[in-house]
Amino acid sequence: MSGSAPRIGVVTFPGSLDDRDALRAVAQMGGEAVALWHADPDLRGVDGVILPGGFSYGDYLRCGAIARFAPVMDSVVAFADAGGPVVGICNGFQVLCEAGLLPGALIRNRSLRFICRNIWLRVETSQTCVTEGLTPGETIQIPIKHGEGQWVATPEQLDAVEGRGRVVFRYASPAGIVDDDHNPNGATNNIAGIRNAAGNVVGLMPHPEHAVDPDVGPEGGQPLFASLLHTAIAGVSV
Amino acid sequence: MSEGVDEPLHRRLGLTDDEHERITRTLGREPNRTELAMYSVMWSEHCSYKSSKRHLRTLPTEGPAVLVGPGQDAGAIDIGDGTAVVFKIESHSHPSAIEPYQGAATGVGGIVRDIVSMGARPVALLDPLVFGPLDVERNRWLLGGVVAGIGGYGNCIGVPTVGGEIRFADPHTANPTIDVMCVGVADADDLVTAQSRSPRAGSLLILYGASTGRDGIGGVSVLASATIEEGSEASRPSVQIGDPFAEKLLIEASLELISSELLEGLQDLGGAGITCAVSESAARAGLGATLELDAVPLREPGMDPFEILISESQERMLAIVEPAKLAAVTAVCDRWGLRAAQIGILTEGGVVSVRHAGEVVAEVPAVSLTDDAPEYDRPSAAPSAEDVGEDPTFAAFEKDLTETLLAVLSAPNVASKRWAYEQYDRLVQGNTIAGPDSDAAVVRIEGTLKGLAVATDSKGRFGALDPFLGAAHAVAEAARNVAVSGATPLAITNCLNLGNPERPEVMWQLTESIRGIREACLALETPVTGGNVSLYNESGDSAIWPTPVIGMVGLLADHRLRVPSGFPNPGLAVYLLGETYAELGGSEFAETILGVVAGRPPALDLGKERALHRLLSAAAARTVLASAHDCGDGGVAIALAEAAIGAGHGFAVALATDLPPHVALFSESASRVVASVDPADEEELLRLAAEHGVPVIRIGETGGPRAMVEGLVDVPVRELAAAWEGAIPLLLGES
Repeated sequence: MSGSAPRIGVVTFPGSLDDRDALRAVAQMGGEAVALWHADPDLRGVDGVILPGGFSYGDYLRCGAIARFAPVMDSVVAFADAGGPVVGICNGFQVLCEAGLLPGALIRNRSLRFICRNIWLRVETSQTCVTEGLTPGETIQIPIKHGEGQWVATPEQLDAVEGRGRVVFRYASPAGIVDDDHNPNGATNNIAGIRNAAGNVVGLMPHPEHAVDPDVGPEGGQPLFASLLHTAIAGVSV
Repeated sequence: MSEGVDEPLHRRLGLTDDEHERITRTLGREPNRTELAMYSVMWSEHCSYKSSKRHLRTLPTEGPAVLVGPGQDAGAIDIGDGTAVVFKIESHSHPSAIEPYQGAATGVGGIVRDIVSMGARPVALLDPLVFGPLDVERNRWLLGGVVAGIGGYGNCIGVPTVGGEIRFADPHTANPTIDVMCVGVADADDLVTAQSRSPRAGSLLILYGASTGRDGIGGVSVLASATIEEGSEASRPSVQIGDPFAEKLLIEASLELISSELLEGLQDLGGAGITCAVSESAARAGLGATLELDAVPLREPGMDPFEILISESQERMLAIVEPAKLAAVTAVCDRWGLRAAQIGILTEGGVVSVRHAGEVVAEVPAVSLTDDAPEYDRPSAAPSAEDVGEDPTFAAFEKDLTETLLAVLSAPNVASKRWAYEQYDRLVQGNTIAGPDSDAAVVRIEGTLKGLAVATDSKGRFGALDPFLGAAHAVAEAARNVAVSGATPLAITNCLNLGNPERPEVMWQLTESIRGIREACLALETPVTGGNVSLYNESGDSAIWPTPVIGMVGLLADHRLRVPSGFPNPGLAVYLLGETYAELGGSEFAETILGVVAGRPPALDLGKERALHRLLSAAAARTVLASAHDCGDGGVAIALAEAAIGAGHGFAVALATDLPPHVALFSESASRVVASVDPADEEELLRLAAEHGVPVIRIGETGGPRAMVEGLVDVPVRELAAAWEGAIPLLLGES
């Protein structure tokens, strides 16, 4: 175990697909990537946790509905409750919503089709584990790839999320204009990512792990991983 | 299947009287019902290649890079540093015509298992598709269903879909052509081949993955080996149902079993199910097998032995395991939540003996099912009057050429296929350097600078007019698409999609197509490592166009040298590489603007083609090219338009030529490329072109918001982009 690099765990559920990509992105950004296994509650002393994209358990009930019952999830919830940074990407976001760590739900895109496309996000807050290095209003380019990414919520949940500044990212134009033309999936208020009250738990539909390596895509994911590594190294004791 | 029930069983199962007699001779007795079912699926066209085998043998299959040639689950080539690239193409056209979502989905599942069973991790999928025209509602339904099925399955298994093509042609209305290619990467030492493993008598047959149900009973004989007639919906129970989640687990478990050195052999279960996997495994090892059907995990009770034997339930694999390693194999399967069952054992003597409920229900020599399947030299005849219609090249043409360009750009064959490929995950695994919007997809070899350049191509119109030229052009264009990326074409896989081989004209198309592939592959030194034959693609008397689909794999030594297809900057010199002749026969212009598919397809000089590829590869290695784009459908006009649409940079060029303007713009002469070059590199390009003997001509420059061909075309690039991007959504009623 090397001394200074923050250890970021990536949970592999049966049906996880972007777990290797998240591990690679952590390593490329200078972190120590740690593979975690759904059936093993041991978080192996990590400083942060990523729930990656994919189709955990085939998403046969509802996206993320079965993954929340995995043995590792009790440990992840405890880690989050203790203030540890937890990021859910795509299917991982769906798992966080199902686990009650974040409000709302993800339903089918309004086109009823899977969409794989580079989109722009407007950063809404820097008070989270993935945006502390970003400025509100800034835009970043990151791909989406999902069939069920339309975030919806009850009016009470929406009021809370909007009223308490818990929107982290909105789909936007490159210049930061938030409108229906730049809403790929019909998400309420163009919401692409949200946080919990403390800002240590973030869920987002876009895939920052596919926006780190300039050889294969845009670079908008880099500041998210940089923030996560920084937040993680700042130290959380569980 | 419409014959009366009085028909003898073997005929109802698709076996001829001669074949029945042959089985009786082999066994020395009448086959029973279960045995007949086994022969019927194994001797079906799909499994036995009985109509095409003798012709396929003429294809060149050897070369310095070839590790595994035809005859195994997939071919493999060596790309250096101990890395093997495993790849194969297959069709799932017949099931997709009946149930497009599941047909396409299970096609993806099947080809992925072929790659995995060789010991390779699948790293890329490509989907070449041909549908009937989109003004027919059923064709729109088929397109939507197939694309959703490819995405629905492919997106759930963690393999990026990086390319393919979608084409449209009238004769494919009843029988869409749904092919899928998978590329995998393995340590050459880990390849699971008949040569690399030598199972012995006493080794166990372990079936793992999904349970076995009644889905896909006799899929190969009922669906893939007979024409689809009215009332084909009755065949729906023969279409398999896919479970991509189970496939993902199967991939991971299989690769773990191989890397842990726990297997003596591995075979996927595809067409003909357990019968095929067991008989092929046994026959390859020169052994027989005892099978216990009671040990096969079933989805439902009361399945007849023949149903268990030929079920095509998806997401199953057969491993051959030494008894001492059984516990370790079971542990790996458990970890991935997969059921593993010992269903038999390899035996001396060469006989496959099948037991069920304490009785022997079938007993046949393994090789009689596989290697000894019948082979036919079916009569072949060129169409009586080889009437390809009046050549459209020399018809006078007076219409506005800017309008004509926009019309050709909006033709469904040419228009952007974004509508489809945005439904595919092209990013997963994080190695997609170039995806479906490029001439060739480029996938990085994990942890290295190497890039695999992969393209699939078919030339249906050319093939309809001249199947030899159509096939040769398909090979040349696939190689060119790889070469414009800067890569060196290495080898192909092919899928021969045709009608009923029992008709002499179709048989002639088949042999001509194979001859075309042979000539082109010999000249371009791209051997054939395998492929698939999809016959009986016809309804009534109307067959699909002979459509050989070529999947080409090339290597880019350093993916950072990849050449993009669009003009990246203003101020670049635009060059046309290769020569343009008066060749509008079978062109997109002729079909879209004149409404005819007629004339002689363009000539193809394979020596010139090869020289062009060498020039492209040398120029890419010296970073001379800013962009390079193949001239294919729609000729130089469309190549220029697409290069401009890419990054939004316009151009001003002049086509100095004696050809009539519309011919100069839309001729589809082969072996041509539109390239852009930094002015500082022009001299080097000219030197390399001279060295390789490729005629090149500077036709203008990039820059500005307009696409301008002097005296012929003048239009904003934005308008070109709108036409190109908008055409397919418009045809689908979605814009």
